[in-house]
Amino acid sequence: MSNFGNYEERIKNFSWSLSEQELGYQPGQPINIGYYCSDRVCQQGKADRLALIWEGFSGEKKIYTYDDLRRYSNTFARFLADSGIKAGDRVCLFMDRVPELYIGFVGILKTGAIAQPLFSAFGEDSLFVRLENAQTSAIFTQRKHVAKVRKIRDRLPSLQHIFIVDYDGKSPLQEREEAFSMEGLGGVEHYDIYPTYAESPSVLHYTSGTTGMPKGVQHVHYSLISQYITAKWVLDLTDDDIYWCTADPGWVTGTSYGIIAPFALGVTQCVLDSGFSAEAWYRFIEKNKVTVWYSAPTAIRSLMKAGDEIIKKFDLSSLRHLASVGEPLNPEAVNWSIRVFGKPFHDTYWQTETGCILISNFPGMPVKPGSMGRPFPGITATVLSPNTYEPYPQPGKIGLIGIKPGWPSMMRGYWKNEEAYKNKFKNGWYLTGDRARLDSDGYFWFVGRDDDIINTAGHLVSPFEVESALLEHQAVAESAVVSKPDPINMEVVKAFVTLKPGYVASKDMELDIMNFIRKKLSPLAMPQEIEFVSTLPKTRSGKIMRRILHAKEWGEEAGDTSTLEND
Amino acid sequence: MDELKEVIKNYVASEYLEPDSDPIDYDTPLISGGIVDSFSMVSLKRFLENKYHIQIPDDKATPEAFDSVNKIAELVREFTKA
Repeated sequence: MSNFGNYEERIKNFSWSLSEQELGYQPGQPINIGYYCSDRVCQQGKADRLALIWEGFSGEKKIYTYDDLRRYSNTFARFLADSGIKAGDRVCLFMDRVPELYIGFVGILKTGAIAQPLFSAFGEDSLFVRLENAQTSAIFTQRKHVAKVRKIRDRLPSLQHIFIVDYDGKSPLQEREEAFSMEGLGGVEHYDIYPTYAESPSVLHYTSGTTGMPKGVQHVHYSLISQYITAKWVLDLTDDDIYWCTADPGWVTGTSYGIIAPFALGVTQCVLDSGFSAEAWYRFIEKNKVTVWYSAPTAIRSLMKAGDEIIKKFDLSSLRHLASVGEPLNPEAVNWSIRVFGKPFHDTYWQTETGCILISNFPGMPVKPGSMGRPFPGITATVLSPNTYEPYPQPGKIGLIGIKPGWPSMMRGYWKNEEAYKNKFKNGWYLTGDRARLDSDGYFWFVGRDDDIINTAGHLVSPFEVESALLEHQAVAESAVVSKPDPINMEVVKAFVTLKPGYVASKDMELDIMNFIRKKLSPLAMPQEIEFVSTLPKTRSGKIMRRILHAKEWGEEAGDTSTLEND
Repeated sequence: MDELKEVIKNYVASEYLEPDSDPIDYDTPLISGGIVDSFSMVSLKRFLENKYHIQIPDDKATPEAFDSVNKIAELVREFTKA
């Protein structure tokens, strides 16, 4: 029997107060995620339970109990407080998946400061716009990434502290830099956790926008209420589980379900700080006897590509529940997992802005391969007409996924961007920006984005941001960026480029531009293909019509071209 | 000194490593070590194809085949011989 039980019963009897009661939270009283992830678990008698089993790419292993997590997160908190960091300050985590990332996140929240995790593969421009927008006060990073911070720090007057977690003394520290060794400082037994409240800001995640620069999605400590109960019911986490969330905490899955929920539930989780390899992943599952595995369609398709033979080399019988997030999970992947693991991956749907799972295939319920599943109890989800923003009265029609606002982990705003936040709501519904249809059983079926945002391997990339960066390349005159289909990553970035006079299109030019974007923005944003063209399709007013290029890539009709220049 | 391996090593060092990073050798894990991720692998593959006038099929461009300078050199040699 799963934690979730019967869907209809759960819907009928649901209230978010169920989660509040389980967590022992009284409305109006302080609530601090850092406390719930460590001190409270210890107070429940689980201090000696393993919180984190960490393995590096070379096989190096570290383990931390909940008492270690409590004391080392206190070390972070004390260090930040001694450095002058105050409640509400933004503290960035810019690291690979090292233990300090997970424990530091908890420590930052204990101080009342806002944790701002950023993907460590970000290039200097991507890092700069996010730190500048957030007016970040401090950053924790590693030696291998500090060069990117050094390149931009002079343009970031708010960034007063650059903490290097693995400083080895081989080269001198530079301006504003300080070594921070969590284990060198040792665990701090006592720290007075800052009394944050339900609406106190907790986490700031950045997400890509269609027309503007990335937006900071602001979450609050009360988000714990929905992250806790969704992890318990959708991921079916129990006391005995060994849990592996493969997401990087630079993105929201890696924090909501890679730090907050599993730690608040007091389960043991594993982290593999290594690039993807099917063999390494299977070996990791076997070695750690992983029972619950939360991954992503791109990774699952990569495992499928690696073939079935390799699976026979490993004992994966510990696996009991599989779930997926980030992109639509294709039916072939679900059927493959049933064949090779004897159980399906359960697709889950949510976003950076929603903070928790909204729609899901639930444990113990039949999985409809290819479907997103049904709304979580307490979540009112529907398919809206794109014209009226009214729910369609009958299932079957394709429209916009709309969610009735009010669940605990819903974002409380975009950082310094009230207008963008307001635009996310129409007719009393939160607009996800995704299109879907409902079937007669109440299951949602994903259709696509309602905007130009590119979803590559579960990460959103803004075409606007890539186009802006392309224009900084010395040879590029104009550009248009769209998605193109990809069998593994679902979509990848493709750029159409016109060159300035004197520059010649070539394979080497294409590679030069690709690397330029990779270093400025990130490997995810790097166009995997660049098509050099003499002109780009534009409206008569001069606006580039991405829609036409997108249709070409996807083999679709271009739609209305009446405003096309030279048509 | 193996010229092919030196070209690959120098390219990886100049394109994918930050200044002051630890130097790499022919056996340094590139993909599993997080130096080159699966997206960046596309640009590394493109470099090899341009430089050596070869086509590496997608099914051969696996994370395992790109995980060290030695392995990449082996892959390139397979296709330059063909």
